Amino acid sequence: MIDVINLKKRYGSLEVLKGITISIKEGEKVAIIGPSGSGKSTFLRCLNCMEDPTSGSVIFEGVDIADMKVDINVYRRDMGMVFQQFNLFNNKTVIENIMLAPVYIGIHDLKVKKYKNFFIKLRNTFAKQKKPLYEINTTREKIKIDVRENAMRLLKRIGLEDKADVYPSTLSGGQKQRIAIIRALAMNPKVMLFDEPTSALDPEMVGEVLDLIKQLAEEGMTLVIVTHEMGFAREIATRVLFMDEGRILEENTPEQIFSNPQNPRTKEFLSKVL
Amino acid sequence: MGNFDKKLMKFWEIFYENNGYTKVLVGLKNTLFIAIFGLLLGIIIGTIIAIIKVVPKYKKLPQILNALCDFYVGLFRGTPVVVQLLVAYYVILPLLGMNISALTVCVLVFGLNSGAYVSEIMRGGIMSVDPGQMEAGRALGLSYRVTMLKVVVPQAVKNILPTLGNEFIALIKETSVVSFVGAADLYVAFNYIGTNSYEFMVPYLVMALIYIVLVMIIASLIKVMERRLRKSDRRN
Repeated sequence: MIDVINLKKRYGSLEVLKGITISIKEGEKVAIIGPSGSGKSTFLRCLNCMEDPTSGSVIFEGVDIADMKVDINVYRRDMGMVFQQFNLFNNKTVIENIMLAPVYIGIHDLKVKKYKNFFIKLRNTFAKQKKPLYEINTTREKIKIDVRENAMRLLKRIGLEDKADVYPSTLSGGQKQRIAIIRALAMNPKVMLFDEPTSALDPEMVGEVLDLIKQLAEEGMTLVIVTHEMGFAREIATRVLFMDEGRILEENTPEQIFSNPQNPRTKEFLSKVL
Repeated sequence: MGNFDKKLMKFWEIFYENNGYTKVLVGLKNTLFIAIFGLLLGIIIGTIIAIIKVVPKYKKLPQILNALCDFYVGLFRGTPVVVQLLVAYYVILPLLGMNISALTVCVLVFGLNSGAYVSEIMRGGIMSVDPGQMEAGRALGLSYRVTMLKVVVPQAVKNILPTLGNEFIALIKETSVVSFVGAADLYVAFNYIGTNSYEFMVPYLVMALIYIVLVMIIASLIKVMERRLRKSDRRN
């Protein structure tokens, strides 16, 4: 699903990623662990080009999205991302946070189709060979209603439907992060990227967020998670990557990596954190 | 004090009985008109310039636009507004052969002038919004433009509202120079009363009072607006 080929990223003279090649298949749950400054987050952010790679390619469903000519916004719709700092839109209520992107993109697509149809119609009046029109079976109102329904369903799922109309500043960290997760889910992504989703949370709230991620894993969502929660990584991951100094030093199943690490750096790191 | 009484009487005579107050009302209307529409124009121009200044500049076009904006801001911050008014009214208009009322010229000049200041205020406001907001929008597949307009700029506006209020108050006070090009503002009205009563003490005192009251009303309006905009920051 995602093939990363010789990915490099440098900031000025500092080389953060020194050539990463890895392939992530559909349904896989990949956990990335490693010391801070190892490039884990940068690597994750390169997967949806939040950071543009310096060189190398990121092939998502057959398209190299690291190519600057590609309209990255289209591919990002299929890659949900969850941040350490939640990043809910402060000027929008919870429901507006969830609805903003799907409604905007739905209506935008509708507009583009109508626009194209107009020109096809114009052309068809003169040309002998009629081009088929784009099918339009929705309206602005219908998009909004559908998206709202979906958003409410997602909110119910995490038990926060009564918070739909409040602003994020009134929520706890755990609630914010769960809403950030369903905001990403509202786009029906094919893969979810988590950038240390629990690192900014109070310890008592870590559980509720991890539970939600676990549910996603059980539903078969493809996940890539940068995390410091080793127990969690061990529980849900199908594969664990150990990164240090911009390279993947070891990758294996969680059982192997946690009980029988091969690389001396992995051993050292795990002995410190476990 | 007997002297002051007499002056007050004289003022009242011209102000009330000789219909001086209609001139004051017209002056007040013009002052507010220039300040409000000048600020609106300034906000529009300032927002556009601020956005041009904060977009990433990988390509040629943003670079050129950026240079133009720098020139514009430098030009309007580098000259006094009186000079801008005079140049606009007595140099540029005749050169272009246009016949526009002094009031319109004032609105345009004050709009352009405050646009330069508002752009800097807006830029600061946009920079003060957490970069995570932009990232979150982009990660959802929204474009830079849409995230900017729907998420970042609304928050920036909220952050800068007090400063923008100050700009409005400054603008109201600055409009007192529009008589240079013959627009009728408060100064013109009270000057008229003064010349007709041969007495300037009371008219100018009243003028000062009107400005103070005006500014105080606006300051309290801004406070109300701010409180309403802050509702997303509060627990409710």
